Amino acid sequence: MTAGRPGRPASAMRRLGRASIIVASILFLCLFLVVPLASVFVEAFRQGAHAFVESIDQPEAMAAIRLTLLVAVITVPLNVVFGLAAAWAMTRFQFRGKALLGALIDLPLSVSPVVSGLLYVLMFGAQGWFGPWLATHGVKIIFAVPGLVLATIFITLPFVARELIPLMQAQGSEEEEVARVLGASGLQTFFRVTLPNIRWALLYGVLLCNARAMGEFGAVSVVSGHIRGLTTTMPLEVEMRYNEYNYVGAFAIASLLALLALLTLALKSALEWRYQAAENHR
Amino acid sequence: MRRRVLPGFGLSLGFAVTYLGLIVLLPLAALAWKASDVGLAGILKLLASPRTLAALKLSFGGALLAAGLNVVVGLMVTWALVRYRFPGRRILDALIDLPFALPTAVAGIALTAIYAPNGWFGRWLVPLGIQVAYTPLGVLLAMVFVGFPFVVRTLQPVLQSLEREVEDAAETLGATGLQTFLRVVLPTLVPTLLTGFALALARAVGEYGSVIFIAGNIPLRSEIAPLLIVQRLDEFDYATAAALGVVMLTFSLVLLVLVSALQRWTRRWAEQSA
Amino acid sequence: MTLALKRLSRHFPDIAALDDVSLDIAPGEFVALVGPSGSGKTTLLRILAGLDYPDEGSVTQNGQDFLAASARERNVGLVFQHYALFGHLTVRENVAFGLRVRPRRRRPSRDQIRVRVDELLKRVQLAELGNRYPSQLSGGQRQRVALARALAVEPDVLLLDEPFGALDAQVRTALRRWLRELHEELGLTTVFVTHDQEEALELADRIVVMNKGRIEQVGRPHEVYKDPETPFVCEFIGRTNRIALERRANTWGAGSWSLPAGASGGLFHSAVGYVRPEHLSLSVPEGQPAWEARLRHVYLAGSIAHLDIYVADIDQTLEVDVASEDLGRGALTPGAVLRVAPTRLVTFPLGDGPAGAPVLGERWIMRGPNSTS
Repeated sequence: MTAGRPGRPASAMRRLGRASIIVASILFLCLFLVVPLASVFVEAFRQGAHAFVESIDQPEAMAAIRLTLLVAVITVPLNVVFGLAAAWAMTRFQFRGKALLGALIDLPLSVSPVVSGLLYVLMFGAQGWFGPWLATHGVKIIFAVPGLVLATIFITLPFVARELIPLMQAQGSEEEEVARVLGASGLQTFFRVTLPNIRWALLYGVLLCNARAMGEFGAVSVVSGHIRGLTTTMPLEVEMRYNEYNYVGAFAIASLLALLALLTLALKSALEWRYQAAENHR
Repeated sequence: MRRRVLPGFGLSLGFAVTYLGLIVLLPLAALAWKASDVGLAGILKLLASPRTLAALKLSFGGALLAAGLNVVVGLMVTWALVRYRFPGRRILDALIDLPFALPTAVAGIALTAIYAPNGWFGRWLVPLGIQVAYTPLGVLLAMVFVGFPFVVRTLQPVLQSLEREVEDAAETLGATGLQTFLRVVLPTLVPTLLTGFALALARAVGEYGSVIFIAGNIPLRSEIAPLLIVQRLDEFDYATAAALGVVMLTFSLVLLVLVSALQRWTRRWAEQSA
Repeated sequence: MTLALKRLSRHFPDIAALDDVSLDIAPGEFVALVGPSGSGKTTLLRILAGLDYPDEGSVTQNGQDFLAASARERNVGLVFQHYALFGHLTVRENVAFGLRVRPRRRRPSRDQIRVRVDELLKRVQLAELGNRYPSQLSGGQRQRVALARALAVEPDVLLLDEPFGALDAQVRTALRRWLRELHEELGLTTVFVTHDQEEALELADRIVVMNKGRIEQVGRPHEVYKDPETPFVCEFIGRTNRIALERRANTWGAGSWSLPAGASGGLFHSAVGYVRPEHLSLSVPEGQPAWEARLRHVYLAGSIAHLDIYVADIDQTLEVDVASEDLGRGALTPGAVLRVAPTRLVTFPLGDGPAGAPVLGERWIMRGPNSTS
């Protein structure tokens, strides 16, 4: 354990302080983060690899995995387009109500997932705003896939925009202006100048958006109706199995989600590393 | 005469506003509309019910406490990660975001498994008289868990860009390490810590997935406000659910406005004294 | 190809960036817009580039409305202070950018582009560095890439916004000379924004001094230096000594020095005179009006020396420039007592109001008896 800067003699007191901060931090992170993560895998394999495989190789588990992927595949691209549009408007132009727009983008972060789900139930549920109309036309949104998608879009709406806005603000528009003066069209400017400049932040946003979209629980739990094989995503399947005291089954699905989380963290760290290299490159 | 140099203003703003309108504003209007079925009197009556009151107190009190704990622990951990080099630092740094990346339901059952009376920690803690699972303490633990990355990730870049010369100057003026930290470093970090506090708070107040498993959901004791909403929805009592939603949303927004006012005040104060 | 700017105004919420500005730019001319920050020079440049539009006024090129064309149709070359190079593209790709984004029918072939880029890189002396990324270049090299990129589209007008502002002094001097040579070679109409008056004096055919959104003076560098038309120009261009003058019987003076009798003065009671450091005589013969001054410091700056002299009479320290080789001749050592008088002053009468603002349009150039010019 060494100090951040070389060549600086440290007093005994200082060294003691440093050592205790480091030890306390490592201890805390291990007990608080590593142990829960490890417990997921331990519990999933508590009755051996065979039980693990068996509890995943079931139609409803496969349906949950497919549904989770479907929700993410719809949600992420929509929020990417939104994030790009919002960031472009907010960082390249002056207009009235900009601060309000920024606040609205952040709003889903301060809304409880349960309330987010509730919003859509109130819009499209049986007693909701459009409920009666939807019922007569035979369209099902709540307790069906569209509801899951809408609630997930709401929850993950800020993620891409929040990565792009500060970056594009800091980069300014000089490069785009030069491109215009050099004769580039709007699309050429966007694809040849803007996009390469924000690609790492965009990927980062996609990663966060995807992780949350696949893992969201509260909001989708409200709109799902928990219909096995039809409206249960992986997190919901975890809950249902857990409530049925099928612990190995619950933790088996949970371990897949934990793997996704680990993959997300690894990619995120790799991106951060790449991103820093790109920054130093400027 | 006035023209915009960069293209796409109408298109990008139009799309962003329409999208926000459809995804965020319209549903919020639906919430207000449904809550008005109950009316202000109804909301007040709801607030007077001991069960609602207890749940709100747990959600908001727990979240405030959890955010506060996160500020203290987060500051320590961030300091260690930014200022010191030790084996495993990069892995721990990457793991900070685990509560963010790990689906809340997974976190919920994992924490419960560990702290349940027969769990890894529970079997040692319960004989000592420390009940974590199925008590308010468990709720607090889950709230600390989900809010933790926000403080560290907000603080980290600021601490990294802090000029070390200022601390060196303080020390050449005779300040001890602790004095330097308390008088020079900490004041400049306060606005950032408040930002982290607000983010952790906002996350913890509404948290559902990671809390409900470990909470035990005992009415008047370990039942959180979002769960009340779910229960009303299960009974198809949309109006009461909407009213509870409005109450939660209002409380959260008021809290966040207060924190941001406090933040502005401390920032101005820090700038004036600088 | 004359660019005619007529009565341009541009207002931002809290400031008038341009206030009724008119200017003609001749073909092939090298014009410097010079002024302090906030004087409107960058706004003017951005309007020419098509990145901003005036609230009022017009810009025409041979009678054609120049503002009607968008930035991408205007065919100008633009160079920013911080280069704005595309960081993800190599030097070659940066230079080729403007050619590659052309619509297919106007786009040169790959080979033509390569030849053109090679030629430009040679011209900006970066032929060896074409495959590097901007981050691998020094500041001066980056700015030359930016210039090559702007030249690649064969612009009608080259616009440079503080192009050397981010470079260190030595590189800046070298690049200035190089840019001047390039301009003489290409004869491209060039508009150049700078806050550095020395740079403007050295480079431009004509300089436009701007202040608070208005043009204070337009002229050839030596004209502006020699005959500044406003107090602002006196103080902004070159170094100067500001001396408060009072009306005497039939002339003007300050302390124990006064102008020869009969100097013009009209109805004014007070005035302000500006004296260049090279327009102070240090050895006025006895019998002629002069200040008694004490030499405080000598700053040797190569071929010339800057002196600080203190005139007790008017309680002011004045700057004087002399040729370094004259230092020994006049016994110019700190502590020496000198008889000092201005040989040439630019004078602005002050109004009688409490603020004592200069009277617009009134200006006299006065010469002392021992003037040489």
